Amino acid sequence: MKHNLILRVVSKILIPLIILFGLYVQFHGDFGPGGGFQAGVIFSSAFILYSLVFGLDTAEKIIPPPVLKVLASLGVLLYAGTGVASLLLGGNYLDYSVLAKTPLAGQHIGIIVIELGVGITVAAVMLIIFFAFAGRGRT
Amino acid sequence: MIEYILGHYNYWIVIFLMMTGFYIVISRGNMIKKIAGLNIFQVSVFLLYISIGNVRDGTAPIITEGFTVYSNPLPHVLILTAIVVGVATTSLALALVVRIREAYGTIEEDEIHNKDQSL
Amino acid sequence: MIETHLSLLLVVIPLIAAPIVAILPNGRLPWLVTLLVSLSCLVLAIMQLWNVADGSIISYELGGWAPPWGIEYRIDVINAFVALLVAGVAAVTLPYALLSVEKEIPTKQISLFYSAFLLCLSGLLGITQTGDIFNLFVFLEISSLSSYALISLGKQRKALTAAYQYLFMGTIGATFILIGIGLAYAVTGTLNMADLAARLPEVEATRTLQTAFIFLLIGVAIKLAVFPLHLWLPNAYAYAPSVITIFLAATATKVAAYVLIRIIFTVFGASLAFQEMHIHWLLLPLASIAVISASLVAIFQYNIKRMLAYSSVAQIGYILLGIGIASATGLTASLLHLFNHALMKAALFMALGAVLYQVGSVALQDMAGLGRRMPWTMAAFVAGGLSLIGVPLTVGFISKLYLILAAFEQGWWWLIVVVAIGSLLAIVYIWRIVETAYFKPTSHSNVTEAPLSLLLPLWLIVIANFYFGIDTSLTVSVSESAANMLLGGKP
Repeated sequence: MKHNLILRVVSKILIPLIILFGLYVQFHGDFGPGGGFQAGVIFSSAFILYSLVFGLDTAEKIIPPPVLKVLASLGVLLYAGTGVASLLLGGNYLDYSVLAKTPLAGQHIGIIVIELGVGITVAAVMLIIFFAFAGRGRT
Repeated sequence: MIEYILGHYNYWIVIFLMMTGFYIVISRGNMIKKIAGLNIFQVSVFLLYISIGNVRDGTAPIITEGFTVYSNPLPHVLILTAIVVGVATTSLALALVVRIREAYGTIEEDEIHNKDQSL
Repeated sequence: MIETHLSLLLVVIPLIAAPIVAILPNGRLPWLVTLLVSLSCLVLAIMQLWNVADGSIISYELGGWAPPWGIEYRIDVINAFVALLVAGVAAVTLPYALLSVEKEIPTKQISLFYSAFLLCLSGLLGITQTGDIFNLFVFLEISSLSSYALISLGKQRKALTAAYQYLFMGTIGATFILIGIGLAYAVTGTLNMADLAARLPEVEATRTLQTAFIFLLIGVAIKLAVFPLHLWLPNAYAYAPSVITIFLAATATKVAAYVLIRIIFTVFGASLAFQEMHIHWLLLPLASIAVISASLVAIFQYNIKRMLAYSSVAQIGYILLGIGIASATGLTASLLHLFNHALMKAALFMALGAVLYQVGSVALQDMAGLGRRMPWTMAAFVAGGLSLIGVPLTVGFISKLYLILAAFEQGWWWLIVVVAIGSLLAIVYIWRIVETAYFKPTSHSNVTEAPLSLLLPLWLIVIANFYFGIDTSLTVSVSESAANMLLGGKP
């Protein structure tokens, strides 16, 4: 991939934009179309593009697979932990209304944290799947 | 009669896709092709949900002035979940095929069957 | 606080533990966490059954959204009974799992193995708890996906093709269920099972509804391995790791049977299913063929795990016979057999797992003389076999007794003949192993008894086989009140 100058330059321009768009979809998700699933996939596609252009080894240096595994678990725990937090604050599981002083603020906080958890897990899992398939058979 | 058939065109598309996918799953011996068939089969059901959730002249269910007819958002949410399930199934199936290929050296079902029988 | 959130905690504790276990280092720690989780689930399940045993219904609103808009966990005595079965089997299997898994699973996969196990447990418990039919589909897929992965971890390479085949059958089944849910939703506009049941009489007899019902029925039948759709089951059970065979054989098909009962009796109602659609003319012949043909096939198997898997197909036939009779006694028999079959299959597969641990094979010829080499294991196998045949004082006898009673009430003599033939064939295939193990000279001179950590859970289950065969007060009373509730009467 050393000589594909155009690919390298174009992807270097694109990747920050993709990540930015992913973040926009992520944090716009509570009052417009978007959310963790879509954002996670967009986010991971940036890294997949990077590893396609610059090689799997360089990509694995940036995000090592063990870190991905922790991130994937962390996202689920963030989701489940929000539910447990609302349990501890006296509501039902995933009842965001009790998370803040007013139910409206609580719903806002709840959905943002939940979607963040979803986004982290989806991005991490997509990358794990990609690395698992792409890295199979290498020694 | 014609109007009845054309008026339900979404169902015809769904049925066509569903049967196409199902036929591929049954008839092909190549494991990757079977996975493609399974995906078509699943996608047809996604279309079924989305099409029955649509309300004619309805907009996205966000309260705005001037719009009173909204599409039903619930099927979309359900299908988002079903898509995630589909992605998980597909990647698991592909992973299995990779390991089958490593263990048997082929992904044709009849060849695998022969290899198991010859042992 | 635990009291009000019981049903939720049953699902969420294993669900939270799964990602934690996945990042733990390989070794014995993941096992310990899994064991603790399953024990706490068992305690919660016992508390839950205790709470609803008087016929009350517990409703839990997820996220504080009132049903039918939000997801509702709706617990009556049937849910609690099946949940107790799942949690109980998991709690007994895990002490057994420690050594068996260390032997059969590569060390670097152990934490992921237990993580998938927890996901499967959480999915199965979720199916038993939820009152929302789409949520049920999601939990069904969580448990199925994790079981495909778990089955593929078997040592032989045939485990891979078995898992692949199961994945295809399972996914087609799940998609059929999805179609059924979609059509039912299109007609009624609701996904809550209790609400569906309330709204269906308004729209009864439309073609869409009948189609929805048939799609759901066939989808669940694939997951349940009803006779012509059972082809995935023998290979999946035969080549999966021992622990997974025990767990899935004892729980997964039972939970699918529970889903079938729920859909027929609670959601669509017995009148639509039996008076309009006449599904008993489908269920009863298929179940009878399953009992006889699967037992016949089992006789000719040389891999004993595969033999027991075919026997499972036959036993599912008995459960379906009870459902097909659709009387209170028939349903009682079904629910009893649900519980009892889990006990006997767990005992038999645990004994086989111990054989596999010590001998390294479960082929018939390798079991020669094991009656003297591994007396405790083989004695447990014989006890489980007696239960499978239906000898008095075992659980197998109780469920067959109720099934025959139900057939007698209807005056269906042919059904009693089917049960009798099934039992006779069970004697034949169990006897083959007894003969080989006790009356043939051994070829293994250095095989010894299995370690205690395998024997203790095994004998616990064997004792349960006899205990619930003698003191039937718990199982029969729960099954009877559940059956009455399903048929719309007072518990």
